[in-house]
Amino acid sequence: MAKESFKTYLRDPNTPAVEFSERRPLVALGSLADKVFTWVARSGGIITLGIMVAVGLFLGLRAQYAFGSQGWKFLTETAWTPENGKFGIAAVLFGTVTIAIIALCVSVPLALGTSLLIAEVLPERIRSLAISLVDLMAAVPSVIFGIWGVFFLQANIIPISYWVSSTFSWIPFLAVTDKSGNPLTDPSAFTSSAVIAGVVVGLMVVPTQTSVMREAFSQTPLGEKEGALALGSTRWGMIRAVVLPFGRGGIIGGTMLGLGRALGETIAVYMIISPIFEINPQILKSGTNSVSALIALRYGEASDTGLSALMAAGLVLFLITLVINFSASSIVSRSRSGAESN
Amino acid sequence: MANAVHGITGKTYLPTFVEAQEEPVKRKLRGVRLDDVFDVLGSLASSWSLTYLLFGWLTGLQSMVGFVVVNFLLFLLSYAVITAIKNPRQEIKDRIITVLLFSAGVILISALLFVVVYTLTRGQIALGHLNFFTQSMEQAGPLDPLTVGGILHAVVGTLIQIGIALAITIPLGITTAVFLNEIGGKFAKFVRTIADAMTALPSIVAGLFVLSAFIRTGLVPRSGFAASLAITVMMLPIVIRASDVVLRLVANNLREASLALGATKWRTVWHIVLPTARSGLVTAVILGTARGIGETSPVLLTSGISAVMNLNPMQGPMISLPLQVFDFVKSPEPTMIARGFGTAATLLLLVLVLFVLARTFGGKAAGVMSKRGYRAANRQSLADEKRIENLIAARTAAKTRQKRNIKE
Repeated sequence: MAKESFKTYLRDPNTPAVEFSERRPLVALGSLADKVFTWVARSGGIITLGIMVAVGLFLGLRAQYAFGSQGWKFLTETAWTPENGKFGIAAVLFGTVTIAIIALCVSVPLALGTSLLIAEVLPERIRSLAISLVDLMAAVPSVIFGIWGVFFLQANIIPISYWVSSTFSWIPFLAVTDKSGNPLTDPSAFTSSAVIAGVVVGLMVVPTQTSVMREAFSQTPLGEKEGALALGSTRWGMIRAVVLPFGRGGIIGGTMLGLGRALGETIAVYMIISPIFEINPQILKSGTNSVSALIALRYGEASDTGLSALMAAGLVLFLITLVINFSASSIVSRSRSGAESN
Repeated sequence: MANAVHGITGKTYLPTFVEAQEEPVKRKLRGVRLDDVFDVLGSLASSWSLTYLLFGWLTGLQSMVGFVVVNFLLFLLSYAVITAIKNPRQEIKDRIITVLLFSAGVILISALLFVVVYTLTRGQIALGHLNFFTQSMEQAGPLDPLTVGGILHAVVGTLIQIGIALAITIPLGITTAVFLNEIGGKFAKFVRTIADAMTALPSIVAGLFVLSAFIRTGLVPRSGFAASLAITVMMLPIVIRASDVVLRLVANNLREASLALGATKWRTVWHIVLPTARSGLVTAVILGTARGIGETSPVLLTSGISAVMNLNPMQGPMISLPLQVFDFVKSPEPTMIARGFGTAATLLLLVLVLFVLARTFGGKAAGVMSKRGYRAANRQSLADEKRIENLIAARTAAKTRQKRNIKE
C-alpha cells in the first residue's frame, strides 16, 4: 500500500481523452429571500432617484416660465419686480458671489493653516482633540453664527470698517461713498455690509474645508516625508516639497466645497444684510443681497410669476453649486491624495 | 593584528571579549531647547513693548484690534531677527511659518469657541427660568418679562419634524446605501452620482421645492409635515453619502466568508454587513440629524412661525428651534432677544448632545467592537453552538428511534 502510493499513473494513451464539459455557470439562482431583498434595495434606490430627479425637474419646469418671459435679460437685469414683469438676478448674483469670495478670503488661510497644524505640527494627543473640536463646529447651526454676526460682529467691526474705508479709499471696492462720491462716516453706512456677511459665512465654512484638507494632508506617504527630512530639509521645507504638492487636490477640493456652501447659505446672510436690488461694488458699505436671501425675503408672494421667478433664481444658484461640487469632487478624486479615499 | 590581516589568509579571527561598555547616552531628538524658549519670550517682550510705545506714547492710537495686529506683526519681525542671530535662512522661514500655522489654528478655534460661548452666556439669562422650558409663547407678548412664556412649542415642533424626517430618511437612506454597495451595477452608479449632486442643493431651494410642489398645489397644507419633507430632501443625500462610505469600508472577505458558508445575500447583509458597519451608520445618521435640526430656512418657507403649541404635524404652522431663534431676535425688545439667545443655547446644547452621542456610539472603524459588543458576540456564538449541538442530539435521537422502530 505504502509503495503503491508513490507510483505515478500515466494516462493510457489508448483511452480517449475525456471531453471537458462546458464551464459551469456561476450565476446564483437566488432564493426567494434574495429576490425580495434585491427588489426592495433596488426600489429604495429608485425612490431616492425619483425624489432627487423630481426636485430637479420640478425646479426646471416651474422656472421655465420665468426664463421664457425674460430670456437672457434674466441674467443681466438688476431689479426684482415680477409684478411688473421685470426681474433678473444680476444684483443678487453679484451679492452672492461677493459674499462667497469674502468668505473664502477669510476661510481659506485659516483652514489651510489649521489643517497643516493639525496634520503636521501638533502632537498626537492634542491632535485628536483639535479634530473633534473642528468637526463639532461643522455641526453648529447657521442661525447661531447668524445671531453672533448680528449682535456681536456688526457692532464691533464698524471701527475697523471705517478705518479701512478711510485709509484705503483709493482702492475702489474698499471705499464707502454716497452716490456723488463723498465718503460716508455714519455708522449705519457700515452695519450690514457684504464684508460682515462674508466673515460670518467664512467662519461657517472653515470647519468643512479644514477637515477635507486635513484628510488629504494626513495621507501623505510617511516615506516621502522622512525622505525630505533625511535630506536635511526643515519642517516647512518638507511641507512645501512633499505635503502641499501631495495634498493639492484636497486644498482645491476643500476650498470649492466651502465655496458651494457659502453660495447657498441663507439665514445668516439674511439676518445680517440689508437687501438692495442694485449692484454695490463697495464691499464695506451697507446693502448687498444674495439669491438665497432673496428667496427667503419674497417666498410669500402669491403670484405664480413671482414664485416662478424665485424658482428660476433658485435653479441658477443650484446649478452653480452643482458645477462647483462636481468639479471639487473630481479634482479631489483625481489627485494623488484622493485616489484611495472615496 | 594588521600583519595577520595582510599576510595569512583563510584564518578566522574571533573578536576579543570586551567589557560591556556603558550604554551610550541617547541623543535627544525631540523637545524644546532652552534657547528656543528664550527666543520666543524675548520676541514677545520686545514686540509688546514696542507696540506699547507706539500706541501709548508716540501716537496715542486707541484701537484694541490695531494694537493686537501691530503687536503680532512686530512679534514676527523680532522673532525673525532673533532667530537670524544663530540660524540659517531655512530655519528662520521654518519658525515664522510655524508661528503662522499656530496663529491660524488659535484664531480659528478661539473664534469658533467664542461663537459658542457667546451664545451660551447670553442664553443663560433666559435658561435660568424654568418656565422657559414648560410654556409656549401663546400667553407672552413682546413686553412680558422672562418669567412668562417659553419655547416648549418649538422644542416639540423640532422633535416632531426631525422625527418624521428621520422616519423617512433612515430606512430609505440606508436601503439606498445598501443598494449602492451590495447590488451595484450601472444603475447604482447613476443613483450615486445623482445623490452626490443633491448634496449641493441649497437648503432654501429644498424649501422652495416643497413650497411650490406640495403646498401651492394643495397636496399638503403649510404644516410641520411639509417642513419635515423639506428637511428630508436636505438630509437624505447627506445620510446616503455618509452611509455609502461606511458600507464600503466593510472588508470584502467577511462578505465572501458568509456567502461561502451558504448564506443568502440577504442574510449576509443583515447579519454581516450591517452589524459590522453599525457604528459608522449611527454616526452618519446622527450627523445628518444635527444638520437637519439646524436648518432654518426650509422650515420658514414650508411651516411658518407660530407662538402656539401644535401637536398635529398635518395642520397649521409648527415652529422649530432655529426658526424660533430667528423670530425672537427680529424683535427690538431686549427680553425677546434674551429669549432668542436662550433658544439658540438650547439648540446648541441639543446639537452638542447629538455630537457626543455620535462620538460615543459611533465613530469606530468597521468591524471594531467595544468590550461590551465583544462579550455580546461571544455569548451569541456560545448560544449558537449550544443550539446546533442540541439540534444534532435531537436528530441522532430521532434516527436511533427510527432504527429501533424498524427493527421492531
